[in-house]
Amino acid sequence: MTARIGVVTFPGTLDDRDTQRAVRLAGAEAVPLWHRDKDLKQVDAVVLPGGFSYGDYLRAGAISRFSPLMGTIIDQAKAGMPVLGICNGFQVLTESHLLPGAMLRNNHLHFICRDQKLRVESDRTAWTADYVAGQEISIPLKNIDGRYVADERTLDMLEAEGRVAFRYLDVNPNGSLRDIAGITNEAGNVVGLMPHPEHAVEPGIGTGRTDGLGFFTSILKKLVNV
Amino acid sequence: MTLDTVKHATETPDVEQPWAELGLKRDEYERIREILGRRPTGAELAMYSVMWSEHCSYKSSKVHLKQFGEKAPENDALLVGIGENAGVVDVGQGYAVTFKVESHNHPSYIEPYQGAATGVGGIVRDILAMGARPVAVMDPLRFGAADHPDTKRVLPGVVAGIGGYGNCLGLPNIGGEVVFDDCYQGNPLVNALCVGVMKHEDIHLAKASGAGNKVILYGARTGGDGIGGVSVLASETFESTGPAKRPAVQVGDPFQEKLLIECTLEIFKENLVAGIQDLGGAGLSCATSELASAGSGGMRVELDTVPLRDATLSPEEILMSESQERMCAIVEPDKVDRFLEICEKWDVIATVIGEVTDGDRLEIYWHGEQIVDVPPRTVAHEGPVYHRPYARPEWQDALQADDANKLPRPASGAELKEQVLKIVASPNQASKAWITDQYDRFVQGNTVLAQPEDSGMIRIDADTNLGVAVATDGNGRYAKLDPYAGAQLALAEAYRNVATTGAKPLAVSDCLNFGSPEDPAVMWQFAEATRGLADACQTLGTPVTGGNVSLYNQTGETAIHPTPVVAVLGVIDDVTRRTPVAFKEEGQLLYLLGDTKEEFGGSAWSQVVHGHLGGLPPAVDLERERLLAEILISASRDGMIDAAHDLSDGGLIQAVVESCLRGGTGARLVVPDGLDAFTFLFSESAGRAVVAVPRSEEVRFNDMCGARGLPVTRIGVIDGDAIDVQGEFALSLAELRTAHEETIPALLA
Repeated sequence: MTARIGVVTFPGTLDDRDTQRAVRLAGAEAVPLWHRDKDLKQVDAVVLPGGFSYGDYLRAGAISRFSPLMGTIIDQAKAGMPVLGICNGFQVLTESHLLPGAMLRNNHLHFICRDQKLRVESDRTAWTADYVAGQEISIPLKNIDGRYVADERTLDMLEAEGRVAFRYLDVNPNGSLRDIAGITNEAGNVVGLMPHPEHAVEPGIGTGRTDGLGFFTSILKKLVNV
Repeated sequence: MTLDTVKHATETPDVEQPWAELGLKRDEYERIREILGRRPTGAELAMYSVMWSEHCSYKSSKVHLKQFGEKAPENDALLVGIGENAGVVDVGQGYAVTFKVESHNHPSYIEPYQGAATGVGGIVRDILAMGARPVAVMDPLRFGAADHPDTKRVLPGVVAGIGGYGNCLGLPNIGGEVVFDDCYQGNPLVNALCVGVMKHEDIHLAKASGAGNKVILYGARTGGDGIGGVSVLASETFESTGPAKRPAVQVGDPFQEKLLIECTLEIFKENLVAGIQDLGGAGLSCATSELASAGSGGMRVELDTVPLRDATLSPEEILMSESQERMCAIVEPDKVDRFLEICEKWDVIATVIGEVTDGDRLEIYWHGEQIVDVPPRTVAHEGPVYHRPYARPEWQDALQADDANKLPRPASGAELKEQVLKIVASPNQASKAWITDQYDRFVQGNTVLAQPEDSGMIRIDADTNLGVAVATDGNGRYAKLDPYAGAQLALAEAYRNVATTGAKPLAVSDCLNFGSPEDPAVMWQFAEATRGLADACQTLGTPVTGGNVSLYNQTGETAIHPTPVVAVLGVIDDVTRRTPVAFKEEGQLLYLLGDTKEEFGGSAWSQVVHGHLGGLPPAVDLERERLLAEILISASRDGMIDAAHDLSDGGLIQAVVESCLRGGTGARLVVPDGLDAFTFLFSESAGRAVVAVPRSEEVRFNDMCGARGLPVTRIGVIDGDAIDVQGEFALSLAELRTAHEETIPALLA
């Protein structure tokens, strides 16, 4: 028996097919989910992939958050279902208030695509158990609205509760506060990050490394063991 | 204002018409009257004016472009040739690949962001219209001097536009070029290439057949942007009227285009269209007349059903509008409902605007009144053809006599070192990462190689690892010295770049950027370049599958360098065998393949060190290029080489610096017997590459080159953290990295 992992497609989502491939490579079943549906098709976890949902018009993630499917996902996430938001998916999660803070335009105002070094700060989330806290990985980063911000109190709380899941190493590519690349909710089931693990899952493709595969094997192990 | 119907036009033969303002010549206007047997209506005049523009009709270039067909080499891989939206090539395993390069030069000068963005949008729709999923884009770009204030206006806008549009579509940008030269100051060249993949059975063509079939317009609403873009913008030189033409530039909405792509692919999957055409230059005028012209019958369109962004648009404006993100499909009546359902799923507006008739006319109605009644072929395919006069310019001899080989050369190792640093830091030779890092190269999860590799490479089947590689090249300096050879060198370089990564070159697309065809000197350059390219394609066995001509790239009397940009597509059976440029393993041996001669005409050295352009470009030897390619492909397939880099502008030292910086290793180089250090480092002789060979493969690799007759010279070893040209100079990687990587951000960030 394997796990069913839903991959959401909003209008303007770009990395849905890539994420489905990453899910399959990890050994799970990828289930496409459509933004207009309310039904999650009995999936065990959900990935909100990257892209420019609704063209990023108004604000990145601001419109998707109101889609019928997100209504269900928000309820399920609060009830403990694992949810991973990558890039635009992270933006949707903050807009949905499943994760605190917000993403602003990169401090240099340009889109940036690079092979980004990260430190995995927490291995206690549903999506990072296959890593070791402190482990350094390199996965692609590509966005224009990637600067993570939150008020000081929220940042202190995130740090104190061990909820900073990933931090940028070597270079802070967008001016994110405290070099934060990704965070988790209190329960550890909801994780959002700007870089793209689904683009580092096969040798010889993309960056050539497979540092991102751990996200998908982590969730599979968690779900199958349960 | 009364509606200018066909009836009204017949009754009022003497009405003055604005044919000149629409870009038509008097004899062209007279010919329209002759075809119709009356004066054209306003709507008909609008259609003819855009479709008979240089951009759409190729009226000045057609007689020369014919050679691409006449001299086309026998090639079983070609599934669809010139004339469709894009050519299609068989790459095996049931897959077909379509690719094309196009220009969006004039709009990008006026409005850099939107001009470049809609250039990407247009070429992507061309590829989509063939039935393919777009899988990658590339952008060959040329700007004025890197330190000119206007370049700082144009370049960041163009780059942001390409990124803003392409990134939002989810298409990896895997390569291209960025070149600076004073000659492009008022005429930047913004060319865009797209690659698409499909199965053989999915190929779609642009034709309207089957009486009773419906004509469906879908995608964005039609607005007032880009009206007459092709006739006003792309077919005229720039004088001092730039700002007044601003509305002629289209405005793009990449989100809409992304929906259009997914919606169209779903429609293809269910086999719902009989014919399809994207709306690009000349908008509805082009789509309706081309579809009808290529089909078997006529077409009737109710123009007032077209969804509008601006309700006040006149029928003429609707016909000429170049609003982006629109497609036109021919659909059998019983498939219309399903077609509209899929459009609704993707929130794409779709409207039945007409149907295919069993007549032979294109008829367009506006609230029940006939405003167009024309034979569609006369609009779309039987436009004017010019045999423009051409003559070798009188300055060509003097230019070629001004021999670059006679320029003063560096006299010592110290001087050589100084010039190496200067060249690798010069804008044309410097790293373009600041630009290419603004493009997403990873999306779709199939990118094998991207900038700054020799070619971009995409996996097209994850189970078999089948892939394609594409490179674009062009050197306006070479072409200025000798347009015939310059075009061949552009092809040779792109061909070599594809082979260097391990892929077998299959087919060609070209974007021919030139000045005004009304200048006999420019026309001579064009004639020579097309002849050179057609001849070389014949020799190398790589047919031209399609492309684009951009003329009138000049400001006042001054034309750009003739700039044929050539794209070569290749196939690789197993992308895991690809050869990257990076030198990584210390101890591996470096070999130079090919012959190095004293060839400095048009070189980076002559430009950077002496500000000189003269003499002859490097000699072309196409048989050598073919042999070199075969060796590079075999060596990649059999695992004999770990890295390879083609030699082109900047010569050997430029290639070695790039490969070392990419891999983070140094190299020790020895000047081979029979060559002086200067020629060894800076010559731009064609037909060469540098490769890194593991010691275990040395004998096998040498034997292969020896047996095939390719000159091969051992020139050094990967070692240390400096490039050490023994007996001459050494430069640390850190120093080289600073020189190579800081130039572009310093000028443009």
